[in-house]
Amino acid sequence: MTGIATRATRAVASSEGRRRRLNGGGPRAGTVIAFLIPFFLPFVLFYLVPVGYALWQSVRVVRRTGGQYGTSYTTFGGFEQYAEVFQNSEFWASIGRIGLFGVVQVPVMLFVALIMALLLDTPLLRLKSFFRITAFMPYAVPGVIAAIMWSYLYSPQLSPIVDLLKGIGLEPDFLGPGAVLWSAANVSTWLWTGYNMLIMYAALQSIPQELYEAAKIDGASNWTIAWRIKVPIIAPSIVLTTVFSIIGTLQLYAEPAVLRQISSNISSTFTPNMLAYAVASGNNYQQAAAISVVIAVITFVLSFGFMRLTSKKAGL
Amino acid sequence: MSSQPAIRESRVSRTAVMALMFLLAIYFLLPVYFLIVAATKPQGDLASTNGLAFSDFNLFENLRVLFTRSDGIFGLWAMNTVFYAVLGAAVGTLISALCGYALAKFHFRGREFLFSVILGGVLVPTTALALPLFLLFSATGLVNTYLAVFLPSIVSPFGVYLARIFANASVPQELVESARLDGAGEFRTFFSVAFKLMTPALVTIFLFQFVAIWNNFFLPMVMLQKESLFPITLGLYQWNGQTARAPLLQQSVITGSLVSIVPVIIVFILLQRFWRTGLAAGSLK
Repeated sequence: MTGIATRATRAVASSEGRRRRLNGGGPRAGTVIAFLIPFFLPFVLFYLVPVGYALWQSVRVVRRTGGQYGTSYTTFGGFEQYAEVFQNSEFWASIGRIGLFGVVQVPVMLFVALIMALLLDTPLLRLKSFFRITAFMPYAVPGVIAAIMWSYLYSPQLSPIVDLLKGIGLEPDFLGPGAVLWSAANVSTWLWTGYNMLIMYAALQSIPQELYEAAKIDGASNWTIAWRIKVPIIAPSIVLTTVFSIIGTLQLYAEPAVLRQISSNISSTFTPNMLAYAVASGNNYQQAAAISVVIAVITFVLSFGFMRLTSKKAGL
Repeated sequence: MSSQPAIRESRVSRTAVMALMFLLAIYFLLPVYFLIVAATKPQGDLASTNGLAFSDFNLFENLRVLFTRSDGIFGLWAMNTVFYAVLGAAVGTLISALCGYALAKFHFRGREFLFSVILGGVLVPTTALALPLFLLFSATGLVNTYLAVFLPSIVSPFGVYLARIFANASVPQELVESARLDGAGEFRTFFSVAFKLMTPALVTIFLFQFVAIWNNFFLPMVMLQKESLFPITLGLYQWNGQTARAPLLQQSVITGSLVSIVPVIIVFILLQRFWRTGLAAGSLK
């Protein structure tokens, strides 16, 4: 009896299994939605809606009825806010500053990260886990706190580095008008070199060893293997770290904001984000929204542009 | 005999490589070492003694001052940080895991479209979101509450991206199928089968999201005016801005910075095998 019952249930189960498989093997729509909704509801509310709201705000303008003291109201303004952004010399100054920052800091940081990753991947190096952890450690430090730490190392009163350089007859001014941008760049480099190194190192470790053996048999030196084999293979990771770095550079806020507390050479509109915040603090939300949208668009264009450019060149 | 120059060459390059890496290690360690030394000094010694050498050991007094300043607000900031970053990352990881798992294992119409929308979300600068969010939240009265920082923090498009990759890599389709044949519901399958297989991946997602929230300075700064709601970063930033007027705050900023980063660094060292696998998976495109 039990035997028959089991056989019967098994037959039902397997026929149901077959039917499900024919239907695509998935669960019901309600179940799928139940899995997706806990993420998508906040995603829509706190990502998509604000993006839409910023776009909406950016095409609004505040006008007044009558003269300067009339009541104000907001209305559709087309691209008026954007025209104002592009005519704003402070906006271009902040973009120029951040452009200079990125053009120097990103390549320097990624080059150091790449060299470290390649060295960690050779048998030449000992104490690998020590070097790996040391370089990655700054990733656990928030930008604000990193900037506070470095600002003590920059400050003329407290810094052992300034003392040291004075000892050999130099007069460094890390917070001076020409240097402060690079002092901020140093904080970013300190924070992110190890993170980028680890992304590249992880990619290096997934390359099969046989490839190197084959190259060695063909007479390739370690140097050739590194530049001709390893670097091209991990090119996608290098592109990825570059895109992350471009996004990070355009979003720069915390580090210069902290350095601003001790240096008069950082204005309240030093980076595009600082400008957007300064404008929003002046209650001009429509203008701040337009600036935010422009920053986001520049981020998109540069990130995608870089990805397309490199993928065409490398044939990836 | 012929191998002699090769050995010498490798010894020279080995020394050069080690020297270079040690220099870089000093660069990465220097600010933290400075912070440790400075946190042990009395305020008066900060400017008058060498920044890299210990002077009078005053760490415990500095800690006492730090935690009693302004009715112990630093302790409150620490608890707020735990709330925002630990709880936010935990909830965020769970919802990312559910979504990533569904995108990896269920076949339904619009799946790829939803995934591209999420990937687009990765590229949206969080600072560009903070200002419009502030306006929306002030319209709904959420500004200056815990939720104003907590709710946006739980959304991590990058977490969903990682969860989908990990679910594909670590949960075999056959296992899902056989759990279905055994009559387990989809949620039961997820929590009792997939969740265990994905645990190392989930720890990784948790760590990355924890750091993202812990690092997000702009959002709390825009949303919060009430000091009692601040995370440590915002609190220290504010104190740091007051040191010109109140020089004695300097020692508390230094000690507070040390207190805030050392536990996180230790957790990262302990959990390194997790974030390493995470980075490895993230770099495979």
